[in-house]
Amino acid sequence: MIKVSATHEIRIDCEDDIIKVRRRVRDIAELRKFDSFATAAITTATSELARNALVHGGNGSACIEEVSDGFRLGLRIVFHDSGPGVADIPRALAGGYTTARSMGLGLSGSRRLVDEFELESVPGVGTKVTVTKWRRF
Amino acid sequence: MAGQIPILRIGSTLLVSIQIELRDAVAEAFQADVLSEIERRGTTGLVVDISGLDMVDTYVARILAETGRMAKLMGTSTVLVGMRPEVAATLVRMGYDMAGVRTALDLDDGLALLGHVVPNRLADR
Repeated sequence: MIKVSATHEIRIDCEDDIIKVRRRVRDIAELRKFDSFATAAITTATSELARNALVHGGNGSACIEEVSDGFRLGLRIVFHDSGPGVADIPRALAGGYTTARSMGLGLSGSRRLVDEFELESVPGVGTKVTVTKWRRF
Repeated sequence: MAGQIPILRIGSTLLVSIQIELRDAVAEAFQADVLSEIERRGTTGLVVDISGLDMVDTYVARILAETGRMAKLMGTSTVLVGMRPEVAATLVRMGYDMAGVRTALDLDDGLALLGHVVPNRLADR
């Protein structure tokens, strides 16, 4: 059972919001005593996914949740956008596939940086990406 | 937005230290400024210090790699220095190893690397 102890919602409407979201994530990770490697990993994944929401969705939001499974503290971040959606999810997750001005490593790369990764996308409706990073002991 | 990242010259080498977030506009101005300085100063080496960056995502990595390739087209060798351990670990785990970009631990090593390269190249002319 996952308990959520705090929630921070940030809108992503412009490039500065990407910076705002990842700074918030870094601050919380440091406050919760994530080690520097885990902090860099979740901050970088956040930057990639926030940029995806902005570039592909036009805008979106990030909901940062401080969670616990009874044993570990973690950070769960849910990214939402109302863009065209990801048409070919397996291909997008494989990496090297890009529809925008990027290297196509945003999704596949951020997936490798977190402990749990879930991508839900409905063409024409939008995309929701949920990532979780647990604090190491 | 030009001029947000100072460009210094040491001998025939340009030195830039990135201490601020590379937003789109800053990144483009940075690339343009560096290339203009290479032409204006006639330099043969470029050292880019990223010790001030606690995060490098694929967007910033692409800008850094691109800048190196652009400088190379103008005959300038680029060395990326000062990458933090967390940044190196994160980039490799994402599958982005900055292939084609020369790196050194710190500024000293970066300048030494160019020092070895530049005289040889000049001697061949």
